[in-house]
Amino acid sequence: MEPLTTDATPPNHAGPPPLERLVSIDVSVATVRALNNELHHPSAAAYEVLQPQGAHAIAAGIDQALTVDIRGHAGYYCAGMNDGGQIVVHGNVGTGVAENMMSGSVRIRGDASQSAGATGHGGLLVIEGSASMRCGISMKGIDIVVGGDIGPMSAFMAQAGRLVVCGDAGDDLGDSVYEARIYVRGKVGALGADCIEKPMRDEHLAELAALLTAARLDHDPRAFRRYGSGRTLYHFAAHNSAAY
Amino acid sequence: MTDPSVLGLRESATFDRATIAGIQRAAETGVYDIRGWGAKRRLPHFDDLLFLGASMSRYPLEGYRERCGTDVTLGDRHAKYPLRLATPVTIAGMSFGALSAQAKEALGRGASEVGTSTTTGDGGMTPEERGQSKHLVYQYLPSRYGMNPTDLRKADAIEVVLGQGAKPGGGGMLLGQKISDRVAAMRTLPPGIDQRSACRHPDWTGPDDLAIKILELREITDWEKPIYVKVGATRTYYDVKLAVAAGADVVVVDGMQGGTAATQDVFIEHVGIPTLAALPQAVQALQELGMHRQVQLIVSGGIRTGADVAKAMALGADAVAIGTAALIALGDNHPRHAAEYAALGSAAGFYDDFQDGRDPAGITTQDPELSARLDPVAGGRRVANYLRVLTMEAQTIARACGKSHLQHLEPEDLVALTIEAAAMARVPLAGTSWIPGAGL
Ligand SMILES: Cc1cc2nc3c(=O)[nH]c(=O)nc-3n(C[C@H](O)[C@H](O)[C@H](O)COP(=O)(O)O)c2cc1C
Repeated sequence: MEPLTTDATPPNHAGPPPLERLVSIDVSVATVRALNNELHHPSAAAYEVLQPQGAHAIAAGIDQALTVDIRGHAGYYCAGMNDGGQIVVHGNVGTGVAENMMSGSVRIRGDASQSAGATGHGGLLVIEGSASMRCGISMKGIDIVVGGDIGPMSAFMAQAGRLVVCGDAGDDLGDSVYEARIYVRGKVGALGADCIEKPMRDEHLAELAALLTAARLDHDPRAFRRYGSGRTLYHFAAHNSAAY
Repeated sequence: MTDPSVLGLRESATFDRATIAGIQRAAETGVYDIRGWGAKRRLPHFDDLLFLGASMSRYPLEGYRERCGTDVTLGDRHAKYPLRLATPVTIAGMSFGALSAQAKEALGRGASEVGTSTTTGDGGMTPEERGQSKHLVYQYLPSRYGMNPTDLRKADAIEVVLGQGAKPGGGGMLLGQKISDRVAAMRTLPPGIDQRSACRHPDWTGPDDLAIKILELREITDWEKPIYVKVGATRTYYDVKLAVAAGADVVVVDGMQGGTAATQDVFIEHVGIPTLAALPQAVQALQELGMHRQVQLIVSGGIRTGADVAKAMALGADAVAIGTAALIALGDNHPRHAAEYAALGSAAGFYDDFQDGRDPAGITTQDPELSARLDPVAGGRRVANYLRVLTMEAQTIARACGKSHLQHLEPEDLVALTIEAAAMARVPLAGTSWIPGAGL
């Protein structure tokens, strides 16, 4: 296998990763396997991924506070199950970016495909561009902030966490949503089953302001509307059969 | 009560008593019946097959003396650490939530004692079952309840669940009465609400996506763990081919007799195909790909005895999984609870209200008092005993067929009792050379 680092310092697996060192890994030379192996057993605290070329599962399974800059477009499941990493993609990403994230942050400078942030339990996912269908599907505590629009069926069965959309949301937003909170600044195509508009109280304005700040977006929280569960589908009942 | 038939009364075969009761129940409640267990209707099954023991043209092996191996290795296609089990009888995935923590622990103890694996379920991994399970398969389900990379790394194998034999194409359901605070917290949902488990995975659709999903799971776990793909039996030939193409190390095929914790009765009884019909399709798919025995096949749905184990293996399975039978071994449906079953409107031998949370045996419940009835150590011992019996029974048959390893059993050792079974299992009707549908 090709050496991973373009840096002269030999890898140090013994002590804590030296902070000052930036390791560059060129995915057109090294494999994704070699990249992820390094990120799972890091010899440094800061990484740069060059020529990602849309490869899948880039930087998946990070379990500590590394910073990773991916310079280009990534494929499916980029930063999948991230648990503590601070990951920035300087490009677009495919399906399932940061799926099932536990903690840390993932920032996409471009657009994201389907199921961004799916099932995430924690951490912050920021998509500066737009996200496709099923953004935040089944989310379980993650915060997702999208600078642009999101596609249909987003926040389907979303359980917990916050989804902030600075642009428009597609049809069937929040279908069968549980306790996740959804904030949209633009138009909403149509609300999904049991998803309703809810009043914006001070606590909501405050949490939204904090999320926008964390995402480094300076929209006025008062320009957003809030959506969440009507909680009418929480108990199975025959008269709901059209909604099921 | 006198049997009405002695009075010359005739019961309708079309509208039998269970059907009439079903209509009456529907008319009274306005909701369909949700229950546990698997299909209850009579189906072509392993009972319809028989072994041809050795005689003139085959040499048998000496019982109690000559070795008949039972070990199996699962998932050695890509994984750094495949599972090496002492017996091919494994414990199927049953969720914490559906089952009590004590039941999960007991299954882990029983399986570990005999050197086989147990499986998590919809709802995540509990420390009890991880602690007590030597080989633990971690299910990766559409709901992703309790899914996290830490537990993923603790698992010995990962099972991507597409479906279950009891409800292929259906999601899950855990009714509010079983959602304790602990179950709710593991699933990140409010306590007491009826929980839906999604029927589709949230971040992939179709076999091409699945291949990438499997790649991601391998990357996250550094290519250490076998990846299983579990499907409910329907279009099994195609599903197995696609699962292998997507990179599965092990394919799990669950027939329509397979148990469930809570599904609509109409779904259980009318969707999917019998285990017996699915198994030869799976084997054919693997053989055509040149992957039989490279990608291992686990079959479940109605496995009760060592004869069932031996028949499944003779038809080409590498291992089997048990759900319902393991619960019975733990104490489910035991006559000692007869009075309590009666109070619930059921009876020992008929109890299937696993969805209801009031299981007198303390197995399919989250009620602290009921679940405390099941001692995980004693329960584990019963499960281990039962697994040993299944293994020894299968060995008995294999030796009679002259096989020094369970895996040497082959379709050639089998005949069928019925035309249906002969057609499905693709073995000749007993006493004939006729395999309906073959070579016509
Ligand atoms: C109480 C109970 C809970 C179950 N929970 C799950 C589950 O969470 N995930 C799953 O894939 N299958 C589940 N199953 C199905 C089993 O994994 C297995 O496919 C089936 O029980 C095998 O058939 P058998 O019961 O006839 O042995 C469950 C079955 C039962 C009886």
